[in-house]
Amino acid sequence: MKFRHLIFANLFRKKIHLLLTIGSFAVALFLFAFLAVVRDAFSRGADLASADRLVVINRTSIINPLPLAYRDKILRIPGVKYVTHNNWFGGIYQDEKNFFPQFVIDPENQRQVFPELIVPDDQWNAFLKDRQGAIVGARTAKRFGWKIGDRIPIKTTIWGGGAWEFNIDGIYHGKRPQDDETQFWFQWDYFEEKVPDRVKGQVGWYVIRIGNSDDAPRIAKAIDAEFANSPSETKTEAESAFAANWVKQFGNIQFLILTIGAVVFVTLLLVTGNTMAISVRERIGELAVLKAIGFSDVAVLFFILAESLAIALFGGLLGLGFAMVVMPVLASALSSLLPNLILPASALVLGLVMAVALGAASGILPGISAMRMRVVNALRRI
Amino acid sequence: MVRVDNEGASSALIQVRGLNKTYRRGGEQIQVLQGLNLDVDKGDFVAFMGPSGSGKTTLLNLLGGLDVPTAGTISVDGDEITHMAASKLTQWRARHVGFIFQMYNLIPVLTAYQNVELPLLLTKLSKAQRKQHVLTALSIVGLADRMHHYPRQLSGGQEQRVTIARAIVSDPTFLLCDEPTGDLDRRSATEIMELIEALVDKHGKTVLMVTHDPLIAARAHTTLHLEKGVLVEAHKLEQNVAAGGVA
Amino acid sequence: MAIPLIYNVRSVKARWTSAIVAVLGIAGTVGVFVAMLSLARGFRATLVKSGSEGNAIVLRAGAPTEMMGAVTLDSVRIIQDAPGVARDANGNPLVTQEVVGVVPFPLISTGTDANVQVRGVSPNVLQVRTSVKIVAGRMFQSGLAELVVGKNASATYSGLKLGNTVNFGGGRWKVVGVFDAGGSSFDSEVWCDAPVLNQVLKRPDNVFQSVTAHLTSPDAFNTFKDALTKDPRMNVDVTREVDYYAKQSTTMTRLITVLGGLVAAIMAIGAIFGALNTMYSAVAERGREIGTMRALGFGGPSVVTSFLVEALLISFVGGLVGCVAVLPLNGYATNTMNFQTFSNLAFAFRITPDLLTEGIIFALVMGVLGGIPPAIRAATRPVAAALRSL
Repeated sequence: MKFRHLIFANLFRKKIHLLLTIGSFAVALFLFAFLAVVRDAFSRGADLASADRLVVINRTSIINPLPLAYRDKILRIPGVKYVTHNNWFGGIYQDEKNFFPQFVIDPENQRQVFPELIVPDDQWNAFLKDRQGAIVGARTAKRFGWKIGDRIPIKTTIWGGGAWEFNIDGIYHGKRPQDDETQFWFQWDYFEEKVPDRVKGQVGWYVIRIGNSDDAPRIAKAIDAEFANSPSETKTEAESAFAANWVKQFGNIQFLILTIGAVVFVTLLLVTGNTMAISVRERIGELAVLKAIGFSDVAVLFFILAESLAIALFGGLLGLGFAMVVMPVLASALSSLLPNLILPASALVLGLVMAVALGAASGILPGISAMRMRVVNALRRI
Repeated sequence: MVRVDNEGASSALIQVRGLNKTYRRGGEQIQVLQGLNLDVDKGDFVAFMGPSGSGKTTLLNLLGGLDVPTAGTISVDGDEITHMAASKLTQWRARHVGFIFQMYNLIPVLTAYQNVELPLLLTKLSKAQRKQHVLTALSIVGLADRMHHYPRQLSGGQEQRVTIARAIVSDPTFLLCDEPTGDLDRRSATEIMELIEALVDKHGKTVLMVTHDPLIAARAHTTLHLEKGVLVEAHKLEQNVAAGGVA
Repeated sequence: MAIPLIYNVRSVKARWTSAIVAVLGIAGTVGVFVAMLSLARGFRATLVKSGSEGNAIVLRAGAPTEMMGAVTLDSVRIIQDAPGVARDANGNPLVTQEVVGVVPFPLISTGTDANVQVRGVSPNVLQVRTSVKIVAGRMFQSGLAELVVGKNASATYSGLKLGNTVNFGGGRWKVVGVFDAGGSSFDSEVWCDAPVLNQVLKRPDNVFQSVTAHLTSPDAFNTFKDALTKDPRMNVDVTREVDYYAKQSTTMTRLITVLGGLVAAIMAIGAIFGALNTMYSAVAERGREIGTMRALGFGGPSVVTSFLVEALLISFVGGLVGCVAVLPLNGYATNTMNFQTFSNLAFAFRITPDLLTEGIIFALVMGVLGGIPPAIRAATRPVAAALRSL
């Protein structure tokens, strides 16, 4: 009779510990996924940058403009295929909190330089014909519930020019999930028409598409040489370098993330290792009987490892799976602070590998002690 | 025929000569077994008794290949196990010994069937063959109808019966029991002892049993007492007591 | 009857390996929590310190930051004559009209460029911003291409050492002084003469981006503000300098706080699981003791309280360990780019007593959540079963 209570208590204990240990793995792997997502969000510009695009800014200050007149000179440099220019509009839609990037674009070259941002032809053509037309990224359109045909007013304090209103003529989608779908584009001509004279004919920056990415250093040098010693000197960089430097300015995010990740995983290892150790301790009698019957020491080690690996794998899959489901929700909640949050496949694979490694690590010490346990001693303990 | 002197026939199933076992306990060396001899034939049913600390369990562990003596030899069915390597000893145990302990015998998360099947997993038998052996063992102990129950769904007596089934399923050379009824009430204990007796009488098993209960020991064919590190036959013990020896 | 506390303390000590695990889980969570929040607070503090209670900043109406502002020289004159403006011994108004630019300088740490805030100021700026002091060299001379650099700027960007010459905007500038701005955002800036900067950045002369006035007293703010906003010639917003700079920190502060908070919340769940694990083991392993105590007459609530106290003990220690572990971070300098101003800002982790208190409370909350279910289990398990358990 006493047997039954004891065994029942053992089982129940095991269930709770099992669930909690699986839960611990799930939490750790979920956090791992979250950290991977944050890292990806910050370095996405650098990861995605095109090898065959260059960015030209004013050497003195990034916020100083460049003359529109530079365009033709840039086009004449060998190796340059397309040149487009942009201005940062920086207006406010209803409330400062509703921030999204607004660009004045050069419609003629926009699609050639940014082929990964796709607009259906009919929408693009409508846009071309509409002076006050605008193309908006799918994510921003969804955020405010905009549809084609909507009229959007935007206020600006930098450019003057009174009231600015736009017609949504099209919605663009990125080819890849990480492409930025938050931008708002409108016509250069409309912009030039409305701004005061002293601002006309000035460009925020140029983006250039070149034929061969190997040519990038040469072309960059050539452009900067062309405008050296002029009132507006240029600084030309490959898009990847530009994006990477931008990220670097945020400080050492990588290090911060790695540190947090390390703290989490070490703690997890301790918790699960301890749980396994307790679990093995509680079952030492059973394990001794198994050895008495004839199971080898190594067999017992394998049993323990198999258990901890199964727990780790199950918990890991749970955590990663939950992360995949939750990310889109998190992404829209944080849409005013961060770009689209995406969980890269590589992170999922790495996460699983880490879960397995941790499972093995947490089971190895208790497993070895179970392996080394002498039946006689264990039975005497009973 | 059971003998405790040095003169057993070499045809004995189990032959022990000059067995010594010394422990270190709290800094001291304690010699538990001192030149112990034993011969057991096939079909014998022997009970070992003695005060606690006398070394009964130690003897059982040595006979079962769970421990190694300080000196002396143990041979079972012609195999000398005292100098076997650990891995070989493990395999030897699987083939030759059936264990019945006082408790912790069964794995709680496995059914009766699965528990009984455990030793067979170490053999090369196919699933169907294993099933045959398991069913046979379970019907011998009378629990075939509960084979899919978990240990927590069985009574104490039933659990021990499953343990016995597991102990005989691979048809080992002999059975070792350490206080097999120690945790049971009187009625279940009787059931178990009747079963063990049946195994000896009807199926010709060889059983070595440690117990502290004279009523249980009485069911065996021979009772031996462990005294001063050696085995003494029961009537000899009475003589010793009468002569003012061991109390 | 209350179960003596010493029982819990001794029990924890006896099962210290399990307890240590729970402690570490909580310590890790509290550490990350305090670290992330101190990062956010350090960022905000640096900006808030830039503002002084006794100053007011005037921007074009509707401009969210000074970079988007525009104030003409005429307007500057009106501001200088407004009521509430402090004056120096000679009766000159303590007003600085300023221009800001974002100029690339290489970071010493990575060698890549960071956008540094270069601020063109009026010669009397040090009398307006009284917490800023020149600690090496001297102030720049009006009309010359001379720079004074904040102490953080000097330490973070290459080439900004006293006596050096740097190039930007097509001109050569000499670093003639280093200033200490008391740990505010100005410490990350480079200052020069406003008209000279206007020329270099090719901005229209005599148009400034912001005007900051030192007031006769903080109470003079409303008078000052009303005079300017009611003036039909002006179209401006007037804000206390403190409030303006606090606002400049909102985006980054919010980002760090939200991300940090999320990470800490997730870790907290893991830590609670760890605590539950430890406490459930404790309850199970001490089944017989608990049964005995209850048989002796310690009621259910006593048992619950007893185990809860144990959980709180463990989590309190965890919180302490976490706080102590991250304390060395206090004052550790780092830098990042402020979204709102596009420019780089050096700041330091800032751990305050109230943040540490929050950390400990967080730990205790985790302890309660991790301690209640097992405590209830200990109290409600049938006494007979508990007594019989091994």
